[in-house]
Amino acid sequence: MNKQNIIVLVGGIFFGFGLAYSGMTRQEIVLSFLQLKDLGLIFVMGGAAAVTFFAVNVVPRYLKTPLLGGKFKPRRAPLSRNVVIGAIIFGVGWGLSGQCPGSAVASLGTGNLYVLVGLAAMFIGAYLRGLLEK
Amino acid sequence: MFPLGIEPYIIGGVLVGIGVSLIYIATGLHATQSSFFTTTLSWFSKRKHFQKESNIEERNWRLFLAVGIIIGALAYTLTLSPTGFWITSVQIWRLALGGLLVGFGTRLSQGCTSGHGISGLASLSTTSLYAIIVFMGVAIVTANIVQLLGVFP
Repeated sequence: MNKQNIIVLVGGIFFGFGLAYSGMTRQEIVLSFLQLKDLGLIFVMGGAAAVTFFAVNVVPRYLKTPLLGGKFKPRRAPLSRNVVIGAIIFGVGWGLSGQCPGSAVASLGTGNLYVLVGLAAMFIGAYLRGLLEK
Repeated sequence: MFPLGIEPYIIGGVLVGIGVSLIYIATGLHATQSSFFTTTLSWFSKRKHFQKESNIEERNWRLFLAVGIIIGALAYTLTLSPTGFWITSVQIWRLALGGLLVGFGTRLSQGCTSGHGISGLASLSTTSLYAIIVFMGVAIVTANIVQLLGVFP
């Protein structure tokens, strides 16, 4: 295991612990956000994005490169039709099931084995997206 | 508005942000989730879409990220969780059909709640901002229609 993978594993542990702590691993809580009964999810996304904002925008002013080498590069991509159509389809799936990729993976760690069905379906969906391209 | 309080949401969100930031500061990688499906499929499909160089490069660390996320959620469940292990009561067909659309949609959109919602937003990407507005708006409408149709749980 190289250093990069160890750091990613440790960061992932914080990620998964946080998702479980915030209840995002429970589809019922995500659905209650989408039904506008409990708006807490905004604080999860906002809190995570606010902390990450410093890592992406402030830390690179003091560090030339990432600690293990490589490059700092903000995550930006051009807007395209696919981004919007994909977001619409994702929204329908999220609203129907209360699952998104990160929370579904984390949900496994809480013992929610039914989410294996959702994850298998996500792999099939990602595969079908690949079939669209020649 | 906040029947469970706001502390678990803020603390959980900050922990997620610490994880994503740690990875970014150490490696420059964006710890986003939905690419995991595409990079993992590169082990199984010979199609060009999955065999892109970037997928091959990223597939190892993305697997470590997924395993870390599972370990982290397991650690919470075994320690601080008031309820311990748990199983959803949301019907299986919703998990299956919803999952299919989530897998297809996030890959077409090139981001999910973590890619657009955390890393994209933190990078001040207007593309991600538009994507969030669209998927969140559509999900709110969908969840309410499903509820109105009497589908529960």
